[in-house]
Amino acid sequence: MAGIWVFSEQRGGELKKVSFEVLSVGRDLADKAGQELAALLLGSGVAMLASELAKYGADKVFLADSADLKDFLTESYTSVICEAVRANDPSVLLFSATTLGRGLAPRVATRLGTGLATDCTELDINDAGLLAIKRPIFAGKLLANAVFDNARPQIASVRPNVIPVQENPKAGEVVNLEVRIDPSRVRTKLREIKRGTSSRVDLAEARIIVSGGRGMKGPENFSILEDLAATLGSEATVGASRSAVDAGWRPHSDQVGQTGKTVTPDLYIACGISGAIQHLAGMSSSKYIVAVNKDPDAPIFRKANYGIVGDLFKIVPLITEELKKSGKE
Amino acid sequence: MNSIVCIKQVPDTESIIRIDSEGTGIVEEGLQYVANPYDEYAVEEALRLREKFGEGKVTVVSVGPQRVEETIRYVFAMGADEGILIRDAEPQKRDSFSVAQCLAEVIKDKDYNVIFCGKQAVDDDSAQVGAMLAELLDIPQATVVSKLEVADDKKAAVAHREIEGGEEIIEIQLPGVITAQKGLNEPRFTSLRGIKMAMSKTIEIREINVPEAKMKVMSLERPPERPPGRILEGEDADVIGELVQALRNEAKVIP
Repeated sequence: MAGIWVFSEQRGGELKKVSFEVLSVGRDLADKAGQELAALLLGSGVAMLASELAKYGADKVFLADSADLKDFLTESYTSVICEAVRANDPSVLLFSATTLGRGLAPRVATRLGTGLATDCTELDINDAGLLAIKRPIFAGKLLANAVFDNARPQIASVRPNVIPVQENPKAGEVVNLEVRIDPSRVRTKLREIKRGTSSRVDLAEARIIVSGGRGMKGPENFSILEDLAATLGSEATVGASRSAVDAGWRPHSDQVGQTGKTVTPDLYIACGISGAIQHLAGMSSSKYIVAVNKDPDAPIFRKANYGIVGDLFKIVPLITEELKKSGKE
Repeated sequence: MNSIVCIKQVPDTESIIRIDSEGTGIVEEGLQYVANPYDEYAVEEALRLREKFGEGKVTVVSVGPQRVEETIRYVFAMGADEGILIRDAEPQKRDSFSVAQCLAEVIKDKDYNVIFCGKQAVDDDSAQVGAMLAELLDIPQATVVSKLEVADDKKAAVAHREIEGGEEIIEIQLPGVITAQKGLNEPRFTSLRGIKMAMSKTIEIREINVPEAKMKVMSLERPPERPPGRILEGEDADVIGELVQALRNEAKVIP
């Protein structure tokens, strides 16, 4: 039983950024455990992606390239992955904690009769050679340290945007997997993927999030946050608090907090957000937090690296202006 | 249209969570428990399907200690027909795989068109039980569903799933597992009549051997405290300039 395996997520022939993050942490684990790192790549016409996986540390790439794997469908992917795992017996199998990984990993873990650790923020190999897991629970109010003492492979999914990506070129020897899928066992079918109307990066992958709460007073005022995000570049996007979403000002996909998304950007700018415990739970592991609020006692200020007490309708446009001005110098 | 809805009782999201003296669990004393928020969308969707088809029943199943009865009664008050509690006195020692196995054990003999779960519980945030249950029962799944249309013959459905940067629309054969995302519907409030009826309903108690957790929690810890921040006051260009300088030169998070 050996080998650290990572499932490399691609959609439409393009590897997700998180796939490189998972490879990077996998490389680290493989070096610590003295084992090989293998990437699992499934799809149709995706063979050319193997070299990219090698660049980020894959010693081996198990490639399942088949027209049957063109669309991501949980059942077909589960059967290919489980067959490969049974034939090769890796000790660790990692997924990304994206929507795709969160649907796939539990299905794979169950078929293999093991458990699963979702949404890990740190992974290590402990003195006993086991995968040491750290994962936030209660939306980040606590962290749990866990292990699988006898389940193999040890399966975990990795939270996007937490692990730094590191290039580490390896051989990336391609091993072709035979793909045998019984169509009667695939009971879902992809009809359509609709891209969101926003041209901005997804919250989970954004490096900068400008977020608005009740203090925004109405949906039309989010334009000042959109302007600020646009000025901060293509890695910035706009989020919202639960009260802004519940008021119908923003879609639920923008919601940050305990019943929305948990995010870990480099910079989180909270505008008119008081900082209810549910909101703080979803963003307080951001690397830097800026709070703009007219109430000096708002709890958000206790989490902020930088706070400005004042009227966000004056302050936010001034920040945008200052960025434009000073960026030109 | 028969639906099974798996629900979990969780601490209210406003709760302050404290670590217990052993360091591996949380202090339950003083916690307010509620139905997991995503499970309410699951219950509501099942009720709407029963109403739309004008027949069938909604059965809720939960795994947990005796106090979970209260949450099952709440769901009765929303309109669910039957409730099963798989009693487990030590819920903190379980992982999602243990729970999914218990649910599958009880659900496998039931007659159902669809099983609903919340997309994740807001206590352990594992988001596993729905997909695990689907695998154990050998049926398909659609997770993180924000819109669902069940065909008239009840043999298939179209599910809209929230994915990164957009939406995926899939067709799923039924019976299947659907996990509910916020936006699927607007859960109803309980009525006085519903509350009265809920009190008179019987909850079926099941005692089964709950499997051991595969994932063992060794310790819990608080996330590191954030260092105290710098508060600036005023709305003038100087203050803003100071902020932008700090973000650029101290924090180095903007170019």
